[in-house]
Amino acid sequence: MQSPPKHPFAHLSADQLAELGREFDAIHEQVRYELGDRDRQYIKGVIRLHRQIAVAGRALLLGSRSKTLWAAGTGCLAIAKILENMEIGHNVLHGQWDWMNDPYIHSSTWDWDTASTAEAWKHSHNYIHHTYTNIRGKDKDLGYEIMRIDPNQKWHPAYLAQPFYNLLLMAFFEWGVAVHDLDVEAIRRGEKPLKDVWHDIKGISGKARDQIVKDYLGWPLVSALASVAVGRLSNREPRSAKRLLADRVRGRGWLGAAKAQLSAARTEGAGGFAATFWADFTANIIRNLWAHSIIFCGHFPDQTYTFSQDEVRDETRGAWYARQLVGAANITGSPLFHLMSGNLGYQVEHHLFPDMPSSRYAEIAPKVKDICLRYGLPYNTGPLSRQLGSVHRTIIRLAFPGGAPRPKPGPYQGEPGDDEVRAAA
Amino acid sequence: MAEQGMPPRVSPVRRRLLRAVRLLFTPLRPDDYLELVNPLWSTRELRGRVERVRPERGGAATVLIRPGFDWVGHRPGQYVRLGVLIDGVHHWRAYSLTSSPDRPDGLISVTPKRVDGGVVSPYLVERARPGEVVRLGEVEGTFTLPDRLERGLLFVTAGSGITPVMSMLRQLNRHGSITDVVHIHSARTADGVTFGDELAELDKRHDGFRLTVRVTGRDGRFTPDELDTVCPDWREREAYACGPGELLDALQAHWKCHGDPELLHRERFQPIVGGADAEGEGGTVHFAHRNLDADCPAGTPILVAGEEAGVEMPFGCRIGVCHTCVLRIRDGRIRDLRTNAVSEKHNEIVRTCVHGAEGPVTIEL
Ligand code: FES
Repeated sequence: MQSPPKHPFAHLSADQLAELGREFDAIHEQVRYELGDRDRQYIKGVIRLHRQIAVAGRALLLGSRSKTLWAAGTGCLAIAKILENMEIGHNVLHGQWDWMNDPYIHSSTWDWDTASTAEAWKHSHNYIHHTYTNIRGKDKDLGYEIMRIDPNQKWHPAYLAQPFYNLLLMAFFEWGVAVHDLDVEAIRRGEKPLKDVWHDIKGISGKARDQIVKDYLGWPLVSALASVAVGRLSNREPRSAKRLLADRVRGRGWLGAAKAQLSAARTEGAGGFAATFWADFTANIIRNLWAHSIIFCGHFPDQTYTFSQDEVRDETRGAWYARQLVGAANITGSPLFHLMSGNLGYQVEHHLFPDMPSSRYAEIAPKVKDICLRYGLPYNTGPLSRQLGSVHRTIIRLAFPGGAPRPKPGPYQGEPGDDEVRAAA
Repeated sequence: MAEQGMPPRVSPVRRRLLRAVRLLFTPLRPDDYLELVNPLWSTRELRGRVERVRPERGGAATVLIRPGFDWVGHRPGQYVRLGVLIDGVHHWRAYSLTSSPDRPDGLISVTPKRVDGGVVSPYLVERARPGEVVRLGEVEGTFTLPDRLERGLLFVTAGSGITPVMSMLRQLNRHGSITDVVHIHSARTADGVTFGDELAELDKRHDGFRLTVRVTGRDGRFTPDELDTVCPDWREREAYACGPGELLDALQAHWKCHGDPELLHRERFQPIVGGADAEGEGGTVHFAHRNLDADCPAGTPILVAGEEAGVEMPFGCRIGVCHTCVLRIRDGRIRDLRTNAVSEKHNEIVRTCVHGAEGPVTIEL
C-alpha cells in the first residue's frame, strides 16, 4: 500500500490552525448576525416557486394523454421535486432556517418529498457525515458502504460490479439513500439494536407507502378521471354508424350504448392513469439522477482528501475546519445552477457551515478563498463536467484492484486574472 | 420546535375535504398550497390580519386584528399569545386582550405599551402596519370576572395593568352593569394615562363608576393604607389588581392582614424574570452536543445565555407560558427566575426562558 498523501494542512502549526478556526468562526458569526428579512424572503420565495411549479405540473398532467402536456407536466414535476429536495428539504433539515422560529420551516417539523425519513436522514447525514466527513471507516457516505471510492479502501471482487450498480443507484437514488440510513453494515455486525432497526423500517415503509400512493396511485387516478371526463364530453357517441344500426335492429339500443360508453371510458381512464404513472416515474428518475450527480461531486472528485482515524485523533476546532475544507469539492455554475443544486455547488462552504442559510454561500465564498490563499490551502472547485468525469472515472477505475490517489491541485492560487489578490497575500 | 398558533375553528366539511385529498400532497398538506393564495386560510393555526393600529397615550398603541377564522372568544381579563414577524424572525409575546368579547365588527385588540429595549412592543407600537399577518396563540388566563356579580367591584391598576381591566370595563359597559365599580389607577404623568379619555368618559356617564387617577410622578406611589380613604368598603368588594410586582405584593399582604385574600385577584402584566437585583450566583451552561460553554450570570435565563453564546435556541413566548423553549438538562442546579426556587435536575425537561443556572449545568443541545 502506498503511503498516504501528506496532509494539505500539515504545514500549519497548532497556533495557525487555532487562528484559522477563529477566522472561520468569525465568518459564521457575521452572517448569523446579519440574517433577517431578506433571507426570509428568499426561502419563502423558493418555497412559493416550488409549489407553483408543482401545481402547474399536476395541472398539465391532467391532460397527460397528450404528448406535449405529458412532457411539459413531467418537466415541471421533475423541476419541482429537485427544488424541493435540494434547495428546500436538504437545507431546512440542516436547520439552516431554524433561526426564523417559524414552525413550518423548521428542521424539527420538516418532511421532504423523498423515500428517506427526515429523522433518519438528520442522523446519518447531519450528524454522522457532517461530523466525520471523509474519515475512512467513520464517514458512511464515503462510497456509501457499497463502493470503493478511495484507493485506501481494500479491494474486493464485489467491487467489479460497482460501475453497474452505480447506474442503478443513480436511477433509484432516493431508495438507496433510504436504505443507507438503515445502516445495514451496523445491523450485520449486530451493533444496531433491533428496536432501532424496527423503528427505521417502520419509518421507511410508512414514507414509501405515502410516496407510492401519491405518485403511482393517487395522481394517476385523478388523471384517469380527468381523461374520462374529457373523453365523454368531447366524444358522446363512441359507436360506429354500423354498430349503431345493428344495435337498433336487435333492439339493444340503450344497453349497447351504455356498454360502448363504458368500454370507451375504460380505455380513456386506463390511458390517463398509465400516462401519469409514467410521468411521475420519469420525474422521480430525473430528480434522482440530478441529486446523485450533485452529491457525488461533493466529495469524490480527484481533488479531495480522505483521512485515517489516526490522523484525526484529538482534532482541534481549527483542524476540523481544515478537514472540512479539503474534504469537499465545489462545482462552478450560474446562479440558476446553484439554485437547482441546493447550493451544493458550494459544497466547501456548506461543509464549513452546514447550518448557514445556503443562499449566503455565494457571498462568503470569496472570504473562504481568501483564507485558503493566506494559509496555503487548496480550494477545490471545477465545472460540473470535469467533476462528474473524475467521479465516474474513479468509480470505474477502483472497481479493479490497485489504484493510486490522484494528483491533487495543491494550494489555491487565486482565480486566473486576479493577481492583485495574490499580490495582497 | 418553534411555537405555533392555536388551531382555528374550521367547519367540519372543510376539514373533511382537506383530509380526504391529503394523500395527494404528502409530505405537504393541501393547506400549504392554499396558504399561497391567502395566509389566513391555514387550518393548522389561527392567524389574523392587522386592521388598524391606533396610537394611545402613554406610549402605547391599540392593534386591532381581524382573525382569519371564527375567533374562539375570550373572557375579559384574559390574554392571548401573539406571534409577530420582525426582521424575518417570529417572536411570541402574551398580551391582555383589550377588546370587549362581543365587538360587533368581530375584531380583537391588544394594547402593548412600548418597553424600552424590548423587541416586540416597540415594533407593534411604531412599525406594525395594517395588512400585516400575525399568528394568534392560545387564549389563557384566570384573571376574569365571576359569572355572577354579587358584590361591588374594586379595580387597582397601574401603568399597563389597565389593559385586562379595560376589557372588563368595556364589557360591563356594553351590558349596562357598571353599577358599583371603584377604580384606582396609577400613572406616572397625568396625560400619560392609557385609555385616559375612555376612563374619564365612563366616569362621567356612570354614577356607579368612581375613578381615582393617581399621578405617581407628582403624588408618589399608591399604598394599600390609602384604601381606607379612597374606598372605605374595600373589604366587601371583589378586588382585581394588575400592575408591577411590588404593588401586587403589597396588596396581597394587606388583604391577608386586614381583609379576605379570597376576594383579591391579581395579574402580573409582566412576568418577573431576572433583573438587576437578581438573587443567586449564576453559573455556566455547557451545551453538550455543541460542545460549548455559555456564561449565565445571576438573573439571566439559560435561553438568553445560550443565544448570547451563539447557540440556536428554540423559543416562543419567553415568559414561561408556551413550553417551546424546553430542553433536557443532563445535570445541574437551576433557579426558577420567577419564584427563585433552586432545584437539582437530572435528565429533566426545563423551560429555559424562565430558568437560570446555579453553578455548572449541562444541557442536551
Ligand atoms: S419560550 Fe415559552 S415557555 Fe419558554
